Amino acid sequence: MRIPCPICGERDRREFYYVGDAEIVNRPSPDASEDLWNDYLHNRENPAGVTKDLWYHESGCNSWLIVTRNTVTHEVESAELTVDIKGDLS
Amino acid sequence: MRFSGLKILKEGLTGNKGWTNHWRDPEPKQEYDILIIGGGGHGLSTAYYLAKNHGLKNIAVLEKGYLGGGNVGRNTTIVRANYFLPGNSEFYSHSLKLWEGLEHDLNYNVMHSQRGLINLFHSDGQRDAFARRGNAMINQGDDAILLDRDGVRDLLPYLDFEQTRFPIYGGLYHPRGGSARHDAVAWGYARGADTRGVDLIQNCEVTGIDIEQGRVTSVQTTRGTINAKKVGIVVAGRSGQLAAMAGMRLPIESHILQAFVTEGLKPCIDHVVSFGMGHFYISQSDKGGLVFGGDLDFYASYAQRGNLPMKEHVMEAGMTLMPMIGKARVLRSWGGIMDMTPDGSPIIDKTEIDGLYIDCGWCYGGFKAVPASGYCFAHLIATDQHHEVASGFRLNRFKTGYGLIDEEGTGSQHNLH
Repeated sequence: MRIPCPICGERDRREFYYVGDAEIVNRPSPDASEDLWNDYLHNRENPAGVTKDLWYHESGCNSWLIVTRNTVTHEVESAELTVDIKGDLS
Repeated sequence: MRFSGLKILKEGLTGNKGWTNHWRDPEPKQEYDILIIGGGGHGLSTAYYLAKNHGLKNIAVLEKGYLGGGNVGRNTTIVRANYFLPGNSEFYSHSLKLWEGLEHDLNYNVMHSQRGLINLFHSDGQRDAFARRGNAMINQGDDAILLDRDGVRDLLPYLDFEQTRFPIYGGLYHPRGGSARHDAVAWGYARGADTRGVDLIQNCEVTGIDIEQGRVTSVQTTRGTINAKKVGIVVAGRSGQLAAMAGMRLPIESHILQAFVTEGLKPCIDHVVSFGMGHFYISQSDKGGLVFGGDLDFYASYAQRGNLPMKEHVMEAGMTLMPMIGKARVLRSWGGIMDMTPDGSPIIDKTEIDGLYIDCGWCYGGFKAVPASGYCFAHLIATDQHHEVASGFRLNRFKTGYGLIDEEGTGSQHNLH
């Protein structure tokens, strides 16, 4: 599996640390309900198919990436800088 | 049909014409009292114990493929009870006791082999931790022996004891640990359930779960609608999809775990050996193949196959520990879909929907749990009470933070276990 880092180009999966589902970048407000926080911290869509997840390019440019990827085929469609698209993730 | 030595002798002398199918292939009925979704190890054992322990009759197991075609056919077959924390400890102890009586109970040869399991340690601190774990195991009523380096050398003379990175200080020996024939476990439970009247329905994929006024009423399948009073979801890595049909999100991420087997060799590895520092463990199958594995690939996946970096890592760890296996050729590798929970421990619980129960989150440790998971899930479905050895496996522990079972002590977040 290779990930196309927008800064470094396509690099081996070993250079990246997988954090989890991309919903983790949309942190609820501190006074949000317990249910919302529980959902954010623990519960997942866990799709079989196309998903977006958060990766950290720890052996490269240290950027945080949102990777669009297929969990059934391991095909990587795209990788974008989290700072560029954070507001667009739902 | 009962298996016995006499039966084998008779069949051998009469052309093996008297063997019959191990289970029926029934058409699904329109309604059952209890539907179990998932015909793997845990689902089949649940159905078996529902019939055997609770005397229930009108039960079906729905399997989208063939029986035992998921993780129970894709694992590394380790059976052990070496857990430390309350919640886990009594559960796996119960499971090991069920394993020890399983072949007689099922009248089926599951090739359960208590060859002993050795967890190696490589520092003084690790020795202390393992001594503590061993004491917890003994307190639970199970067996544990702390071996020093010479003690390990007696049992495993082929290890590289002098390696500079992780010199071997000793090991925690669990003599009752071992392995079993994974497929036979599924087949034995399937046959036992079928004999007690459970309908095992294969090629029957569940496509929807119908809920009316907060109560489950039926499931939609590729073979039609089936009504049910109670439904149990036991689908390992696919739990998220089944839960979504009931409008639920689970604290589960599905990950890939790889395993490997070499060509058949003469007997050389007599135990199950785990090398935690390298994330490597190994045993030898009765056919002679070395069966070994490592850690997760560490990204969400349903592919049932892994990538090369973890393969390389596992091979390196194996060569570090036991250079003698370097010339063995790897025949196959495969991957299973692990339903990973935030704290690394499973879930056996009711859901917020009446009549809908779930057994999931076995992470990478589901095989040894097959007997007790089915035993306790059957208890929950039949009585609506948690079995005492599985009472900690609650779904709401993540929300409340109370009763987390974090065996590794790394925290309760995804991607830590």
